[in-house]
Formats: sequence, C-alpha cells, structure tokens
Amino acid sequence: MIYLDYNATAPLREPAFAAMAEVMRAPGNPSSVHRQGRQARRRVEEAREIIAAAINAPAAGVIFTSGGTEANNLALTAFPGRRILASAVEHPSILKGKVDAIVPVDRFGVIDLAALDEMLSAEKQPALLALMLANNETGVIQPVAEAAALAHRYGAWVHADAIQAFGKISVDLAALGLDSLSLSAHKIGGPQGMGALVLADSEVDLQPLLVGGGQERRNRAGTENVAGIVGFGAAVADLGDLAVEVARVAALRDRFERAALDSLPGITIFGRKVSRLPNTSCLALPGVPAQTMLMALDLAGFAVSAGSACSSGKVSPSPVLVAMGEERLATSAIRVSLGWASREEELDSFIGQFVSISERLVREHQPA
Amino acid sequence: MKKPVYLDYQATTPCDPRVVEKMLPYFTEMFGNAHSVTHSFGWQAEEAVELAREQVADLIGADTKEVSFTSGATEANNLAIKGLAHFYGTKKNHIVTVATEHKCVLEAARRLEREGYEVTTLGVKPDGLLDLDLLETTITDRTLLVSVMGVNNEIGVIQPLAEIGALCRAKGAFFHSDGAQALGKIPIDVEAMNLDLLSLSGHKVYGPKGVGALYLRRKPRRVRLVAEMDGGGQERGVRSGTLPTPLIVGFGEACRLAKLEMAEEGKRLRLLRDKLYQGIAGRLDGVGLNGGADKRIPGNLNLSFKWVEGDQLLRGLTDVAVSTGSACSAATLEPSYVLKALGLNSELAHASLRIGLGRFTSEEEVDFAIDAIVGAVQRQRAQSPLWALHIEGSPLVDP
Repeated sequence: MIYLDYNATAPLREPAFAAMAEVMRAPGNPSSVHRQGRQARRRVEEAREIIAAAINAPAAGVIFTSGGTEANNLALTAFPGRRILASAVEHPSILKGKVDAIVPVDRFGVIDLAALDEMLSAEKQPALLALMLANNETGVIQPVAEAAALAHRYGAWVHADAIQAFGKISVDLAALGLDSLSLSAHKIGGPQGMGALVLADSEVDLQPLLVGGGQERRNRAGTENVAGIVGFGAAVADLGDLAVEVARVAALRDRFERAALDSLPGITIFGRKVSRLPNTSCLALPGVPAQTMLMALDLAGFAVSAGSACSSGKVSPSPVLVAMGEERLATSAIRVSLGWASREEELDSFIGQFVSISERLVREHQPA
Repeated sequence: MKKPVYLDYQATTPCDPRVVEKMLPYFTEMFGNAHSVTHSFGWQAEEAVELAREQVADLIGADTKEVSFTSGATEANNLAIKGLAHFYGTKKNHIVTVATEHKCVLEAARRLEREGYEVTTLGVKPDGLLDLDLLETTITDRTLLVSVMGVNNEIGVIQPLAEIGALCRAKGAFFHSDGAQALGKIPIDVEAMNLDLLSLSGHKVYGPKGVGALYLRRKPRRVRLVAEMDGGGQERGVRSGTLPTPLIVGFGEACRLAKLEMAEEGKRLRLLRDKLYQGIAGRLDGVGLNGGADKRIPGNLNLSFKWVEGDQLLRGLTDVAVSTGSACSAATLEPSYVLKALGLNSELAHASLRIGLGRFTSEEEVDFAIDAIVGAVQRQRAQSPLWALHIEGSPLVDP
C-alpha cells in the first residue's frame, strides 16, 4: 500500500520515534520537583525551544496542547470580548466555533482582502481574525502577512492556523506579523495527540480552555504529554533544509499533475493558478464520483482521500470547494498529498495507475 | 536498584513495558489517521481505537458508546463539569463538589461560579472522607451535579462512590467522579455506583501521558454536554480532534492489564506499604498518617513529621523521589489544601510527604526508602530548633 494522504496524517519520523520510545519508559511528571520530574521538565523545555526557533517565536510563547484542534479552539476562546472573523475555507476546528462573520474567498480559494478591509472597518471593537496559512484540502496559501498588516490597523488579534503549512513551507511568526498560530505534530511526522498554540507575546493574558493545575504558564492545564512533546521537538529538528524538501516534493507533485493534465483532458486541479503547498494536489474528474475513484485506487494499493479526514466519513461535498464556487465538481474531488517519506518510485507507480484508472472511470461514467 | 527510587506513583506512573510494546507498531507501520475512511491505514487505526475503547469500557463496566477519549483527566474533568453545566444550566444551576478535589475540578467549578452558577464546596471529615449526611442535606432540587473524586491524589482515601451515587440518583442530580487515581486501583462499576460521568487518565495507570477518557451514561438518563472543543466532530461530537491512536492503544492495554492484575497487585502493594509505614513510624516519634488508614488505596502513604521544617524535608531526600503534595502544586510554597482540609495546620501540612508505591516498586526499594526517609528526618531534626524545643519539653511545640 502506498500512502499519499499526508495532509490527514504523516508517518512518524525515525528520530521522533526513538526519542519517544526512550521517554515513554521513564516516569516523570514535569511538575514534580524530584530528579525524575526535573529531567522530564528539561526535556519539555528543550523541545519548546526547538519548536519556537523553527517558527521564529519566543520559547515562552509556545503553549503545548493535545493537538491542532485544541490549539485552534484555545485561540478562538482566549479573548471572549472579541468578535471572530474567519475565512470561508477554514478547518472545522475554526468554523464550528463561535465565528461571527465569514470572510469570503475567490474561486481559487484565496481570501478577498478588499472584503476583509470592509468587514474590519465595520467592527465597532477590535476583532479576532482567524486565517489558515494553507488549506488542508487544496493546499492554497493565503496572503496572511498582508491580511495581518491590514487587520492590525484595526487593532485585531490575528491568529493563523498553520497546521498544514508547517513543515511544508517556511512559517515565520514574526515575519508574518501574527499574534498567534497553531501547530499540529502529527502532520509533520511527529506524534498524534500533540500540538501547540504559539503566541508572539508570551505575556498576553488569555482565558484558558482547560483549567486545573496551572501548567503551561497557566494557559493550559493538564499533565504535560512528555513523550509527545519530545517527539514533536525531535520531528521539528528532523525537518532539515526546508528549501531542499520543498523542491523535492514539488517536483514529484508537479510531475504527477503534468501527467494527469496531459492524459486526462477533463481534469480540474484546484488552486493550480495560485500559490499552493508543494505537496498537495486536489483534483476532480467531472462525472466520476470521488468514492468510486477512491475505491478503485484503494484496490490498486493507493491511500488517498476525498477532502479532509474529519469529514471523509460523510457524503456531503467539501465546504472548502463549495466556498470556492465549485459545487458541481466537489463530489468528484480527491486529495493526493505527499510528504517526507514519499519516494520517486511510489509516485511513478501512482502516476501510471492513476491515469489508467481515471481513463477507465471516465469512460464508464460518460453520459449515455 | 536504580536511584533515585521512584515513589511518586500518584504523580505519574512509568508506562508498563507491555503497554509500550502494544503502542509501538501504531507509531510506525500502522500510523494512519483513525478518521480516514478511504483507505486501510485509517481502518487499521480505527479498529485499534475501537478495541481500546472496549478495554477501557470493560474495566469500568460501561458500554463502548459511553466512552469518549480525551487528552487526559484534566480535559475530561473540564469537559464533564463545564460541558454539563453549559448544557443544562438554564434548568438547574447548583453544583456540589468537595474541598479535597483535584485542582482541575475546583478550577472548573470556580469558572462556573464566575459565570453565575452556584457552587457548594463541601469539607471532609478528619479522615478525608465525605460526610454523607451533609451531602444529603446539601443536594436540593436545583442541584445539577455532584462531583466527588473516587480516590484522592494526595492521601489516597477512597470515597464511598456507591453510596454517593445512590443519593444522587434518588435526588435527581448527575453524579460525576474524577476517577484518575481510582482507575486500576479499586474496582469501578458505573452501574453499581450510579455514576453518570467518570473521568479517566492513562498515565496514572501505567499507560501513556496525553490520553484519558470521559464516561458519559446513556441509559436510563442520557447525559448531554456542550463540547469544549469544536471541529471535525469526532467522538460523536463530544470531543473534536484527531484521535492519537498509539496513545489510545496504550491506554486500552493498560486497562486490560489493570483488570487482570489489580487484585494481586493490591495485595502486594499493601504489604509493601505497611512495611514502609511501620518501618518509618517504628523508628521515629511524631509521625502522623494523613487520611484514614482503612479506606485507602494500597499504594499510598501520606505522612506528617513533627518538629521539622517542612521545606527542608525534601532537600535531604535526593535518592528517593517523593513529593510534598500534588505534582501540579509541587513548585509552589503553599501547603497542601488537601491536608489543610483534614484539619492539619500549615506547619504540619508543610512537613508532610506523599509516598506513592506502584507496580514496579520492589521490597529492596522500600527498605532503602525507609532508611533514607528516617535518616533525612533525623538530620533535619538535629538542625531544627523545633526538635530542640521538643526535647526540652517546651509547650511551644507540644501544647
């Protein structure tokens, strides 16, 4: 089975696995003052520094959470006084929250900065703007730095969901001008059950989601998942030279897309005209239901998905594509996403099979 | 014998090697997202999650549909208390809890209090147990929730869950229990105890950190909640977020092992614990046992030492890892609010040690700990003016 669903989750990186396997066997609650506790604390703080450095943020600004969903929820509930603006293509962990107004996107899935300006100027009090850096389904990258500069003129708090972008493109909290961003470990080859909300200003007073023992500078209660944190840090340290990896993955993805476009005349690749993650390809063959395509690919030994993993159990079309005005194609859309362990031979094999399966399915689904 | 000897099993437990073994393949070849339904990586993960859910449910006598995974007991307690209040708050707004609860229960209740809910925090008897008559008179027809922990994290005392559950059921209040310290230490039966909500933790029962669960009763009266985290709608909408499959697998295996081994392990730990207590109390004057002796889990001791200065006590104990209170508050200089609730004064609460024994504690370690603790107390006393006053028979220290 060849795995091409990295935007759902990525296999664990070897150094992360090794680090966790060691830590997991040791007892040690980082809040305990005895030697085992202090050792656990040291490991947590080392990981915090690695992660902070990777995104140009202060280490004290890193609040570890149980994952990206919790980080996004924490960001949204941290400032109860602020109304929340979010784009139409956000992940459900943002959109299912208490969002007050939706920022529209164009047909490529890029937010409309003029509309955002208008919406911000209509807010009576400074708002909170939540934007994803890169979309989980299409890989489309938002003009977050521009949006942040604009929103700051209105005193807004700008939060970016960087969960899919992190590890795939450069993420620099300071350069983007963000107030906070959220990360998930398992999307970059770290462990599941681990994420972070990262603040540009660690001193800011936020309302925690989970209260209790006062861990994470009173921002997130609960015994730290030491092995998870250590694994997250090790995965980040293993990202290596991002420019090299971006070029490698983009070359694989582009080769696949070129072959698909050349052989399948009806195919649509979403977001291809705009800035996109190098690893993601979201595409549709008109008239071929996504489920049919996925089943055929699964039989042939390829794991891909339709939209996000959270909604892949449901039959409703992807809200992201609907927001882009692609209702018609949304039920045919599948997502191919590559990652750190994707190899050239895997792509070669996938390209050949995808084209022949697609040709067959297009024939079978032609209107009589 | 490895030093420092770890005797802080109520703060956290090491992962059982058998648990680690079960988890490892889900970190590597079976790494799928349990919510991916379009390929076998996802199905494999989902299957593993559902087996673990059975193992957790089995240990507490629940149905699998009643178990939702969380990131730990803190999240489960927050979700149980705030989520329940936010769902039913317009009908009933009174919440009853106990002064010796874990911080996250008390803080969640405090948050609700600020939102306008009425919170009653009951005291405990000198043995740490709840006074059932007091509880009965406290519950009114406006009482939405009674939250009482199964086993205390500092003094290890076991609350009468079945009696409390019966009382709550009769009075129509929901009964929640923080079961983080009880799971795998005492038998829990959500039916016999009439539990409506129960919070569980992985890392207190030789499973991994970063995973826990919340039990929510479905019959006869279904417990409804407002989710604390919105998103993909996982766990039947109770708790969104990608499930951490390896951690859940580990938690499940830890529960399976606990069910098999709890009774025998309890017997072994009780012998070791009693040996530890007799070893210390037999060689030192002025040793007090905090919390009742009988209704207590086998792996816990909490001892006070007269005539020493509390903050110095841990300094002499570098080769034995114990704590002065809960781990969450270990770094603060505040005396334990649990011990103060038993009636201890600040000095004695300061001069107390929580000693937690567990699955990997050996007799050799217990012998070592006896010598180390007795020695540390004797050294502290030798330097303490309190001890000198005691020797002189001064009424200042021995009224």
